[in-house]
Amino acid sequence: MLKLSHVNKTFGETPVLKDLSTEFPEQQTTVVLGPSGSGKSTMLRSLNLLERPESGIYDCDDLQIDFAKPITSKTTLEVRQRTEMVFQSFNLFPHFSVLQNVIEGPVHVLHQSKDAATKEALTLLDSVGLLDKADAYPVELSGGQSQRVAIARSLAMHPQYILLDEPTSALDPELELEVLKVLLAIHDQNQSMIIVTHNMAFAQRVANKILFIENGDALYDGPTDGFFHSTNDRIKSFIDSMTFSI
Amino acid sequence: MVQQIFNEYLPNMIKAGLQYTIPIAVVSFILGLILALLVALARISQLGGAFKIVKGISSFYVWLFRSTPLLVQLFIVYFGLPYLKIAGIFPDGIKLDPVVAGIITFSLNTGAYCSETIRAAILSIPTGQWEAAFAIGMKRSLVLRRIILPQALRTAVPPLSNSFIGLVKDTSLAASITLVEMFQVSQQYAGENYQPLMMYSLVALLYAVICTILTWLQSYLEKVTSKHITAGEGGAN
Repeated sequence: MLKLSHVNKTFGETPVLKDLSTEFPEQQTTVVLGPSGSGKSTMLRSLNLLERPESGIYDCDDLQIDFAKPITSKTTLEVRQRTEMVFQSFNLFPHFSVLQNVIEGPVHVLHQSKDAATKEALTLLDSVGLLDKADAYPVELSGGQSQRVAIARSLAMHPQYILLDEPTSALDPELELEVLKVLLAIHDQNQSMIIVTHNMAFAQRVANKILFIENGDALYDGPTDGFFHSTNDRIKSFIDSMTFSI
Repeated sequence: MVQQIFNEYLPNMIKAGLQYTIPIAVVSFILGLILALLVALARISQLGGAFKIVKGISSFYVWLFRSTPLLVQLFIVYFGLPYLKIAGIFPDGIKLDPVVAGIITFSLNTGAYCSETIRAAILSIPTGQWEAAFAIGMKRSLVLRRIILPQALRTAVPPLSNSFIGLVKDTSLAASITLVEMFQVSQQYAGENYQPLMMYSLVALLYAVICTILTWLQSYLEKVTSKHITAGEGGAN
């Protein structure tokens, strides 16, 4: 279980997260919604310690982190092994082949043997439909394929949680669908996931829980149905604004 | 005259080139690159405390060698250091062989310039690469070694090649510290046969040949190292 309590983060003078408290249940998919600039991504990146809030408590399973105190590099590495990040811009390593991208972490961080890591990587690439691209380089891939490789790369680390930061925002609808199908399959295997997205239909389909953030604070934190049938005016207008209707 | 050019002048100039110009340039560049990498890493390091002194020294070194002429640096090392008398360590000053003085000066000089090239190349790698590597649990040193430097060095190939080509020509300055490299040989002939135009044109031609070969090598190296990084010329995929 990941849990944030009273987390505060400012960029310069601008507060981004304001006393945010929430938790992310295990083996479930939490979808984080909210307008641009609401602090969604900052919160997600804080869970991977790519962003460093000024205060608040972060419980990463049995590890407790007080953001107000220095974080040892050992703790940072442990948190990062439990949580894997998938980025909007994929961030594949361009000088490595697809296969090398996937086995980089297992071999150099988890110290698995190259053979074992390769065997598992090929299974993972198969599961995201890219077995035939194992020897290709990132420059040869479409955006959808790149993101699926990035997902395979994060799964190879066997994280407790996969954190996805707007994983399909850089993709056109057809490629987006490719990636969403893969995410749905991972969701069905009860992999714990936290997804920041703007795709409302996907959110409704996949989320066990919705976290709606506005101005750095949780405006809604609860079951998916409750969010989409909310009577709260702000939430209703947000859902309306995200849905195409004339 | 023509016969002499092919039987005496050119062979002896080429000999001096193979014996001094090229080896001095190559050795200095390799040493300079190692130094440049260390200095670049020190300057981008986020280590604090006592390491700040190392960063300070690195910045000072880069400033010093980029703000003074190479010829003056050669003179200080070769003609000046013999007067640096330190009781107990160098009671008689530091007297260096011209080859050694040349290599030391060229290494330090090219190291200062190349460190800026490498530093800029490291900084040019998108932060997303750092973050993706951090996210899979890599330590900073591992990220540098596995992810950032391999990409940065590819970016740095053209400007580093530029520095190397520059260095090859700059070795001619070593003629002024009594080193009998290619240019010095041409000077000696010009003094004997009173044909400075011919002699200096010949040596210029030899430098041009060497640098042309190096330019070909550079484009080959660029092609090989950037194979998977860019889609290639014209953006074909």
